[in-house]
Amino acid sequence: MIVHYGYLDASGEYFITVDDSKCSVCIEKGCIKACPKSIFMESENDYGEKVMMVKDEVRKMLKYICAECKPSVNRPPLPCVTACPYDAITHSW
Amino acid sequence: MLMGKKDYWRWSENVYIDRNKDWRQGEIITCGIDVGSVSTKAVIMVDGSLYAYSVIRTGVNAQENAKKAFFPMEEETGIKIENCSYIVGTGYGRINIPFAHKTITEIACHGKGASFVGGKKIRTILDMGGQDCKAIHIDEEGRVTNFLMNDKCAAGTGRGLELLAELLEIPIEELGTRSFDIDEEPEPISNVCVVFARTEAYGLLKKGWSKNKVLAAYLRAIAERVSSLIMRIGVEPEFFVSGGISKNVGIVKRIERIIGLEAVKVDIDSQIIGALGAAIFAKALYEKERGII
Ligand code: SF4
Ligand code: SF4
Repeated sequence: MIVHYGYLDASGEYFITVDDSKCSVCIEKGCIKACPKSIFMESENDYGEKVMMVKDEVRKMLKYICAECKPSVNRPPLPCVTACPYDAITHSW
Repeated sequence: MLMGKKDYWRWSENVYIDRNKDWRQGEIITCGIDVGSVSTKAVIMVDGSLYAYSVIRTGVNAQENAKKAFFPMEEETGIKIENCSYIVGTGYGRINIPFAHKTITEIACHGKGASFVGGKKIRTILDMGGQDCKAIHIDEEGRVTNFLMNDKCAAGTGRGLELLAELLEIPIEELGTRSFDIDEEPEPISNVCVVFARTEAYGLLKKGWSKNKVLAAYLRAIAERVSSLIMRIGVEPEFFVSGGISKNVGIVKRIERIIGLEAVKVDIDSQIIGALGAAIFAKALYEKERGII
């Protein structure tokens, strides 16, 4: 299942998209440790698969929470994306 | 406040019973309850087919909403909560259903419910609920393959429409049809945020726009905003709209125009789709636990 966490408002679209079918076979779940803001957690989806999810309490603040990883110039690779061996995470902004 | 002022936001609660069926003759009675922020819906299925449903306004007492939604069906048919073999709770307030055997997210329930009523060809679902808007892709089994939820702003939600009804003093159930009672479709208003929209709407009314024209401009803006959500996950036929706002033709028809697809029409209240999906899951879970399948 592809899950888009985040929101759309007058200033733009801020979504972290996760292909959780890849998470269900990922043992390490390296993204959870790699995120300096600890926004990810392991949980069971509706179909009983252990996947990575974005915590509910941060979903509506992603633009601000991820800002430190996303300087406007010379943006380095994102820690969450780099840590994922399955290319399961993408960011819309 | 003026005496006798109308509550323009107030929509009708309803209850439906299939009088051709008798729940006492059924073997597996399942119930799905969807506690939303604006409305609470309860559905009863008898042996996998729809028997009854009820839609009420969600009240302030979180623990009571589910019971209150069940009650109109009990009153009409004599069925009690204890008569249900399995109950699944869903929706924003699903944790507040003390008698539910299990809770499942509304995303999965909408997928199941839409596939059940709209058919196995349904692929894209738009659910416009009380305080959020969801775009969902499902496969032929009604299993969710892709979804996106926007609950950051009230545009395209029941709450946003309630505010609009109050602002324009038009009964909420007339918003859709009245928005087509205009000479020419206006440009969308520039900001769908209900806070800014209020100022913009006042400005347009002052400029001499009719209420219907302001309404059309607002509903068009909502339709554009919501369509961009659906397009983000990709629009694939067939298309289904659920949730309270699915009853607003002013929004649904404008979305259909934008995405170039007509929504599948069904003859039951599409506000109950999440609760219906929960009742379908309830049957599958009951059978699984009993080793029936
Ligand atoms: S590392 Fe990648 S595949 Fe593994 S849980 Fe995180 S996002 Fe999913
Ligand atoms: S961009 Fe940074 S803060 Fe945002 S999810 Fe990735 S690692 Fe975490």
